[in-house]
Amino acid sequence: MDEISMEISLTVNGEQITKTVPVRQHLVDFLRIELGLTGSHLGCEHGVCGACSIRVDGAVVRGCLMLAVQADGTEVFTIEGLTETGEIADLQNNFVERNAMQCGYCTPGMLVTAAELLRDLKPRSREDIRNHLSGNFCRCTGYHAIVDAVEKTVNKRLKDS
Amino acid sequence: MPTLNMRLSQPDTLIDINKIPDLQGITLEDGIVKIGALSRHVDIAQSPIINEHLSLISQAMHHVAHVAVRNRGTIGGSIALADPAAELPACAVALGATLVVESINGRREIAAEDFFKGLYETARKPNELLVEIMIPREKSEDVSVVMELAQRHGDFAIAGLACLATFENESFEKLRLVYFGSEDKPTLARKTTDAVIGRTWSEKCRTAAIDALADDLDPMENLQGSASMKLHLQKVLTGRVLDTVIDHVGIE
Repeated sequence: MDEISMEISLTVNGEQITKTVPVRQHLVDFLRIELGLTGSHLGCEHGVCGACSIRVDGAVVRGCLMLAVQADGTEVFTIEGLTETGEIADLQNNFVERNAMQCGYCTPGMLVTAAELLRDLKPRSREDIRNHLSGNFCRCTGYHAIVDAVEKTVNKRLKDS
Repeated sequence: MPTLNMRLSQPDTLIDINKIPDLQGITLEDGIVKIGALSRHVDIAQSPIINEHLSLISQAMHHVAHVAVRNRGTIGGSIALADPAAELPACAVALGATLVVESINGRREIAAEDFFKGLYETARKPNELLVEIMIPREKSEDVSVVMELAQRHGDFAIAGLACLATFENESFEKLRLVYFGSEDKPTLARKTTDAVIGRTWSEKCRTAAIDALADDLDPMENLQGSASMKLHLQKVLTGRVLDTVIDHVGIE
């Protein structure tokens, strides 16, 4: 069976991209395979684990639950782009400091999801942080260190603002 | 999308409806809240109309999925998919919603009670699209409660219950209890409510309702629990939900 393809234009991490993609390729496969952006991980591929979380038009979404063709005309940010802009440098440093990752597989999804919580800056309880990150599985850390790192970043940003 | 990823569904044609503006928006007209099928969970959770007039939906949104899914998931998608463990189909039944489907042949209105047919099965025909959800706004005397048990916050329910009630003169005048995460579709419990409606509220009444649930509900076993465990959990939730209504109206 011939695979049907479509041309899409979008910006990825600030860069304008036009590519022809198979219509059934999902967005994270596109980012990883076509663009070599391997920071977005695939865990479950059905929207449960959160490892593929990316930012599309300003909102965190499951990259595995969108087709690449649906991203036509959108603005996509992956962990590579968010790292480059420095938007979450403090969060990333706190992840390192608190040892909030072990194998690191969930980390990009955790960071992209936490970034959305940090954008709407206000005091957050540990329970708020846990609820916000409840869609992201981590099989190593037991979550405490991740919550610590996000909490520390929120509190520091509030103090500095 | 999950079934596409798993190669369980292989449609010849897939139509992306995301950019159809007419399917978006939440309005209140003549006491009816009209929700476009493409309204995203995040928009529903933040909608002043929903928060003011549909407390049940507003409460349910706390249980619906996780942030990355809420940013993209829609009420129409949830209702049309008809996952038996999802909150919004049960809320639609509890609130007496009307679901509007449309095809090239015209529009059709289907009562939520008649819409859900079974596991991922609805009264929508293959050539129809769910376009709008119409829900009568809750009345000032209505009390709504939704409760669920899930493995993680935001996951599909192991057991859940949506309730719309009116309590006056020491008894329930109206009570709709819709159970999800149990049978193959949201289940309206009639015997349970019959044990309560119009009777002076008492501990005995509460027990009678919980006991009657076994006649209303025949949960399916799944990976999250056996049928008997689910029935037990639903009984526990029934007690908690009724207590919450009573607390709300301030009866001893």
